[in-house]
Amino acid sequence: MTKESISAKGDLRLTRLTKSYGEFTAVDDLSLVIPEGSFFALLGPSGCGKTTTLRMIAGLEEPTVGSIHLGTTDITTTKPYQRPINTVFQNYALFPHLTIFENIAFGLRRRGIKDVDAAVSKVLDLVELPHLAQRKPTQLSGGQQQRIALARAIVNRPALLLLDEPLGALDLKLRRQMQIELKWIQKEVGLTFVHVTHDQEEAMTMADTIAVMNEGQIEQMGSPADLYDNPKTAFVANFLGQSNLIKGTISGNDGDSHIVDVFGQKISLQKNRSHAVDNSIYAGIRPEKFRISRLGTPTSGNILTGGHIEDVSYIGVSTQYQVEMPWGQELMVFEQNDDGVAPFSKDEEVNISWEPIFTFGLRGDEDATAGSEVNPEELDEE
Amino acid sequence: MSTKIKDATIPHIPTSARISRWIGRNLIRIYAVFAFTYLFIPVAYTFAFSFNDSGKSNLIWKGFTLDNWQNPCGAPEVCTALVNSIKIGFLATFFSTILGTMIAFAIGRYSFKGRSTSNLMIFLPMATPEIVLGASLLSLFLVFKINPGFWPTVIAHVVFCVSFVVVTVKARIASLDPRLEQAAMDLYANERETFRRVTLPLVAPGIAAAALLAFSLSFDDYIITNFNSGTLKTFPEFVYASAARGIPAQANVIGSAMFFLALAIVITGQIVGRKRKVSA
Amino acid sequence: MRKIRTPYLLLLPGFAFLFTFFILPIMNLAQTSTQTPVGGGDTGEFEQTLRFSNYIDAFVENKEQFGRSFVYATIATLLALAIAYPLAYAIALKGGKLKNFMLILVIAPFFTSFLLRTVAWKQILGEEGFVVPTLRTFGIIGDSTTLTSTSFAVVMGMTYNFLPFMTLPLYASIDRIDPRTLEASGDLYANGFTTFRRVTLPLSMPGVVAGTLLTFIPAAGDYVNAAILGSPNTKMIGNVIESRYLKIVDYPTAAALSFTLMVVILILVTLYIRKAGTEELV
Repeated sequence: MTKESISAKGDLRLTRLTKSYGEFTAVDDLSLVIPEGSFFALLGPSGCGKTTTLRMIAGLEEPTVGSIHLGTTDITTTKPYQRPINTVFQNYALFPHLTIFENIAFGLRRRGIKDVDAAVSKVLDLVELPHLAQRKPTQLSGGQQQRIALARAIVNRPALLLLDEPLGALDLKLRRQMQIELKWIQKEVGLTFVHVTHDQEEAMTMADTIAVMNEGQIEQMGSPADLYDNPKTAFVANFLGQSNLIKGTISGNDGDSHIVDVFGQKISLQKNRSHAVDNSIYAGIRPEKFRISRLGTPTSGNILTGGHIEDVSYIGVSTQYQVEMPWGQELMVFEQNDDGVAPFSKDEEVNISWEPIFTFGLRGDEDATAGSEVNPEELDEE
Repeated sequence: MSTKIKDATIPHIPTSARISRWIGRNLIRIYAVFAFTYLFIPVAYTFAFSFNDSGKSNLIWKGFTLDNWQNPCGAPEVCTALVNSIKIGFLATFFSTILGTMIAFAIGRYSFKGRSTSNLMIFLPMATPEIVLGASLLSLFLVFKINPGFWPTVIAHVVFCVSFVVVTVKARIASLDPRLEQAAMDLYANERETFRRVTLPLVAPGIAAAALLAFSLSFDDYIITNFNSGTLKTFPEFVYASAARGIPAQANVIGSAMFFLALAIVITGQIVGRKRKVSA
Repeated sequence: MRKIRTPYLLLLPGFAFLFTFFILPIMNLAQTSTQTPVGGGDTGEFEQTLRFSNYIDAFVENKEQFGRSFVYATIATLLALAIAYPLAYAIALKGGKLKNFMLILVIAPFFTSFLLRTVAWKQILGEEGFVVPTLRTFGIIGDSTTLTSTSFAVVMGMTYNFLPFMTLPLYASIDRIDPRTLEASGDLYANGFTTFRRVTLPLSMPGVVAGTLLTFIPAAGDYVNAAILGSPNTKMIGNVIESRYLKIVDYPTAAALSFTLMVVILILVTLYIRKAGTEELV
């Protein structure tokens, strides 16, 4: 098994993967295919099972049920050192007693490769730290350690590179820079990257495909645009960016659109963007898609009237409004400050409008607060 | 045009208040100085009297001489005792470090039935008075008709050193980040290689500290040795025996030399350890 | 790391050794303690008679020394605590960059042989030393008072010799206190003394427990300090056991005394730990 598994390559296939600790199930019947050569993100809040899944792929945990295949090779029970998979750990886990050079060369040496100099220099150049080869890890800054941890994994040209929230400890500017660099390196080197994170902006920036995880299961998987524009569950809608979810009832049809009654007002949404199973539905609209207008100003598309501005936050790039609607719900609106028009002020009476194609529809029995940190009492006051 | 702070006043504190404030803040530091002085009094005394031109009885200061330092083995039996102590020390350290490290790994790394009993077993020798350890071992040796001497002493020393080794190494193991071993396995090292190349090097300083501790405990031991050494004399036994008629100055020389040597080792260890941690 | 056999294999040599050379001797000790001299036999010949009254005899005959041992040990422990606590506090909270160096200074004196140090004290406190004449000059003690061969000297020697055993655990415990909790206490209207009483002291209790145990246990069984710095009036139970074993060759009595000492200490330690509430000592 050893010889075979160490040279396995191909798509990573997780089949019905489950991990339980006694009563607690961390990963629940997860099935997933990660195509070779892609940048894949596992996104979710802490405790959702994403790190456990990653560790099972690396071989550091054994699944309770299910299997893992790399291409045609079953690697479910092989040891971590027999898998062509390397991990970039969250706290880097650099060996403190070895130099940077020896840290990077570690995997190569264990595989019996005698001449490591060329490979190590090449990868040090790739992460732009050739001058640190003889230092010790404790002498490096956080950002440098992170890049060395990456170099140590990449130098082995694994079939799969796993990244466990590698950017968590870096400050904002450095994190943004590393996100771009990681994406570039992935394209350069052509390896499959599986990136675990709770930061949805990070996932969307870097990944080709994102799987959103919650409580051990995958809620939805797709490209960043797919997940953002057409979420299937309230969790995805709230976890990725922010959403306004308005409860309503499907009262009729108009060609390929549903007509939805929301608290007495009518809006439309496309049938193929609705995941409702019966007449009850949550109409979802992203805050940046809303437009605010004063009463009397001409508007088009879906219109909701009777709004009352409760809060105005000027953020430089945009202004964020909380608009209270007649049925008690506060809707979130983001307006770009791109036309020199002064922002609206508190207590103004306004209308909200948006293009109908931007509406998405969720099942009426969803928990509208799933995935968000909003106080449940703020939504849905009848 | 420069702006000057004209009317701002510097708070005025009377000198007496300043002094009492300084004392209050530094009281504990002053205490520490006194405490350290107290700790070093007998050491200073021993060192000073190693230069005493004393002849056989080193009780009263007679005059300064370097003779004792130039001829540390001058007094009869001093160096024999020293050599015995060193031999026993090395052997006791060797065995107790190996046995203790193995136990430390077992208790510190694995969860198994009987783990808390094992912890208790290790605690017992430390909670037993030395006189009980020494006397009971002597009794056992006598039952088996083994005479007290060199090897019984080594065995006795190992008994009381093992627990200290276990505690020291266990503490070091506990501070080891398990993710380092996971990283090693992730990078193609199997269990044995991981242990050899990652675990052991990282635990090594703890093992070294434990060995040093074991050696100093063994070297300095009197009570247990007294029961089990028979006619053999270790350095502490030599000092005790000659205490009545006066300890030869050579013993002071050896004691002072041990002090400086040990101090040098510890300070070197500190400097080396600090070099490893220099941050850019 | 998943094999179940490994821990047992690792424990085997060490525990086999400890069983043979620690458990068995203690069991043998218990067995010896109930023997009696063979009538008409040589010195050192005993037979098993299950004479449990050995214990009573031994205790009654030596209750003075027993009591003295525990009193001395208690006083020495308390004194050591009083001396070591401020020192540990100073190193941990005011040591700054010199912390490690100061710790070395605490341990360093103990690189000289324990016996050399004790004998040094005997000479320093003796007639030829500098302490007694100085105290006499200042009229603090009378001309006929000596400091050596007194219980004062014995307790003082014990306190001194066990100081590092008290200081290091105290230091470790105080060092773990986050200095910001002390700042928070001040922020919440507690003055220096109250902060110490209500924050520092409780948080350093594990160190206090460990230190007092590590000092009391060896101190109770010690006899070297008593032998060098004391007189026949200051004999501790350790002295008695030593002479019974090595000089008088009265093994049963010596064994009974040893066993009693060990059991009493174990009981005291268990009660103390229960009261102090420390779970993992080792």
